[in-house]
Amino acid sequence: MTWIAKPKLHHPSLQHNAVGYTRRDYEGKISTLCAGCGHDSISAAIIQACWELDIEPHRVAKLSGIGCSSKTPDYFLGASHGFNTVHGRMPSVLTGANLANRDLLYMGVSGDGDSASIGLGQFAHAMRRGVNMVYIVENNGVYGLTKGQFSATADRGSKSKKGVLNPDSPVDLIGLAMQLGATYVARSFSGDKTQLVPLIKGAIRHGGAAFIDVISPCVAFNNHAGSTKSYDYVRDHNEAVSRIDFIATREEITTEYAAGSVIEVEQHDGMTLRLRKLHDDYDPTDRVSAMNYVQAHQAKGEVVTGLLYVEPDATDLHAALNTSAKPLNSLGPDPLCPGAQALEKINASLR
Amino acid sequence: MKRIEAVNDFVIKFANVNGSGSASANELFAKAILRMGVPVSPRNIFPSNIQGLPTWYEVRVTEHGYLGRRGGIDMMVAMNPQTWDADIAEIEPGGYLFYDSTRPLPMSKFRDDIHVVGMPLTEICNQAYSDPRQRQLFKNIVYVGALSALLDIDAAVIEKLFDEQYKGKEKLLASNVKALHMGRDYAKAQLAPLGLRVKRADRVGERIFVDGNSAAALGAVYGGATVCAWYPITPSTSVVEAFQKYCSKFRVDPSTGQNNVAVVQAEDELASIGMVVGAGWNGARAFTATSGAGVSLMTEFIGLAYFAEIPATIINVQRGGPSTGMPTRTQQADLISCAYASHGDTKHILLLPEDPRECFEHAATALDLADRFQTPVFVMTDLDIGMNQRLCEPFEWDENRSFDRGKVMTAEELEAGKDFGRYKDVDGDGIPWRTLPGTHPTKGSYFTRGTTRDAYARYSERGPDYIYNVERLLRKFATAATVVPAPIERRAPGKTRLGAIYFGSTSPAMNEALDAMEATGVHIDALRLRAFPFSAAVAEFIAAHDEVFIVEQNRDAQMRTLIVNELEINPAKLIRVLHFDGTPITARFITQTIAAHVAKKAAQPEKKVSAA
Repeated sequence: MTWIAKPKLHHPSLQHNAVGYTRRDYEGKISTLCAGCGHDSISAAIIQACWELDIEPHRVAKLSGIGCSSKTPDYFLGASHGFNTVHGRMPSVLTGANLANRDLLYMGVSGDGDSASIGLGQFAHAMRRGVNMVYIVENNGVYGLTKGQFSATADRGSKSKKGVLNPDSPVDLIGLAMQLGATYVARSFSGDKTQLVPLIKGAIRHGGAAFIDVISPCVAFNNHAGSTKSYDYVRDHNEAVSRIDFIATREEITTEYAAGSVIEVEQHDGMTLRLRKLHDDYDPTDRVSAMNYVQAHQAKGEVVTGLLYVEPDATDLHAALNTSAKPLNSLGPDPLCPGAQALEKINASLR
Repeated sequence: MKRIEAVNDFVIKFANVNGSGSASANELFAKAILRMGVPVSPRNIFPSNIQGLPTWYEVRVTEHGYLGRRGGIDMMVAMNPQTWDADIAEIEPGGYLFYDSTRPLPMSKFRDDIHVVGMPLTEICNQAYSDPRQRQLFKNIVYVGALSALLDIDAAVIEKLFDEQYKGKEKLLASNVKALHMGRDYAKAQLAPLGLRVKRADRVGERIFVDGNSAAALGAVYGGATVCAWYPITPSTSVVEAFQKYCSKFRVDPSTGQNNVAVVQAEDELASIGMVVGAGWNGARAFTATSGAGVSLMTEFIGLAYFAEIPATIINVQRGGPSTGMPTRTQQADLISCAYASHGDTKHILLLPEDPRECFEHAATALDLADRFQTPVFVMTDLDIGMNQRLCEPFEWDENRSFDRGKVMTAEELEAGKDFGRYKDVDGDGIPWRTLPGTHPTKGSYFTRGTTRDAYARYSERGPDYIYNVERLLRKFATAATVVPAPIERRAPGKTRLGAIYFGSTSPAMNEALDAMEATGVHIDALRLRAFPFSAAVAEFIAAHDEVFIVEQNRDAQMRTLIVNELEINPAKLIRVLHFDGTPITARFITQTIAAHVAKKAAQPEKKVSAA
């Protein structure tokens, strides 16, 4: 980590977005993570995505659990409220926060220890409920803060820094998310910003349960030969199924694409995701075939990345509960309290 | 043979099989007596089971209005062969046994000091009905009919209750009335009158008859709860069921059809409290309902909410612990686990309702206190209040009452340059200001965490920052002691050196015990606690008496421990009165325990106990 803060003074030539902010307005405190940590690249991608989408920083709520990854919300969007909750429980806190005010953007940041071990249950149930959120797991296959124990996403047979082979099967968060009902499921690599930024933008605009598994190498404890979460391994085995272009309105396709290679997915707010398929036999809007594809290729040792599944007409928990369009936290005694007269009637019915 | 003779003052117990439809018939019986102006206090005694195991319904008929469990059974309605022997043994000498005499039983199955009333219920029903389910269900109504005739309960009162229940379902109404009269006619023709009788009185007044869980749910509606996250657990489940029922009436926007509430059944108690904490952080009033085992699971989050200062309301309908304990029996055994829930130095506000009316009040008040003090607040009810209908004063709501949202800094205040330190004590009461997410584009945001920080919410492990923070939390707790519902004192008619402290569902038994002791010349001043932390009045009350009985329903004298610990009272002057077998405490138990202590003291030479 560095101790030297970048000066707050903004260079006048810094570009402003449509809501009047520069990229630097989306930054947070100085990261306390190790130099070269993949997590910092993800923070940078989040900053880029929010700036490009003209999101007002204070309309974002950042939630996390415990671990290296969960510290990162302090390092981006400094003007947003953040909540570093307890280990593995970010999804429930995010769900409650979302119920209280449906108008904010909820960004949950977690790690593989936080989401695949202690928090696997809450991860699963937040996906099942279709909470409108961007849920990012910064996945390095290792416990960093406690110095190098395997996490539950470490592949069987991968080697720890001390040379131990992992005997356990990995938890496949992507597979779980697709099976459990997440409506936007992507995987990316912290070292591939050109892929990651559009994926985050797509997730922000999705309007349902969006999950991104970002392989994010741990330079201190899991970046050696024999690890399947190292920079070298992921670069060598990265198999992108799609490239996502995020467009604000339905623009005409001007670039020449091979027939059947582009899929447009309209989002709930009228925005359109344009997907360039990199593999002919891949259909990211078909949950079952997407699951099969990913499983088959993972079995071959590939790290399948890109937007793996998206449900065009996704809805969310608020739709399921038919909650008021006005945020619940803004409602006062009128309309919430039925008043003394109604109570008299209740009393009468209890005699 | 002795014969119990009583008018409007007796206990009748129904022994049934779970799932046989007896519950609604028994409730009908209790309500009919109430409608005759005579107070009743019914209690369900039920197993952790849906069908087949024994269940009992004990009705105390009490013109004096003593709503605690009395102890002793004057009449047993024995409808369950499984529990026959124990049920027969429980009847007071000179009491009555009412049973289904269709099958003859050997003499050895009876007692010769009780009065036996046999009625061939199965035979009567088998003749009247061909459908097996009808035979079963109407058997319950037939015995209610017979009992109503034997006890002089007005048939018109029961018919009116049927009328209200089956409005618009005329067929059901007629068949129930028919079954009722089948029972009444048989009893009048064939059975000898009893020594027990119900006589019209005017002792019910404006009071309402409701269970504490429904009342707490209604309190949450009135208190403005908009998020409820929960996980089913006996005996708290009906809190949320009732909340949903009331919300379907009061929280649906008539113009849009949308709900002004969100209720989520979570995957476990960890998630339910997590959602409550998330919603509270984001400015919605949120609550969960659970029982002791659920609180154990929630404990980590409760510590987070205490330390990060987030409002959360937890309705704990206590049952017998530890572990799975006695899930369908009552206790007040979660006091310490809630008062000090979580690791590190923590203290939480507890409210202690005595009946459904206070369940209503305290649930609404808890939501206010949680916001005002930005901390978890427990409503410590129990199975006895929660799952039994209890006669209580009607609910009241002051039309001018608003929600106390506490110190929430607005965008305007931030814009005007008001200093915002999330964990800074600017008002001297220990309560900091908070901002809600999304309030202001550049001011007032902060990073909430369970780790230590300075007054401006910046991460800090510096000793002075930590001390400032945790001492401020103590100051906040001291402020809470001046705001929470104050204890209520009942002074004995004569001056006395004896005091008693009690709380929660012990109230009705305690009131009866105090009356009984006064009648025998034992004077005791009594203080009913309504909250933790303790108001100054608690220490003053203890100081004003040489000995104070602490009456509670747990093994380890948990309230006594809280008093000793928080008020630094000499434990020697606090005498334990502990009832913890899972049944509600009785006046007889309290009276006997206190009398035994007083007699023992009288036999000893006087030794003055002084306060520490």
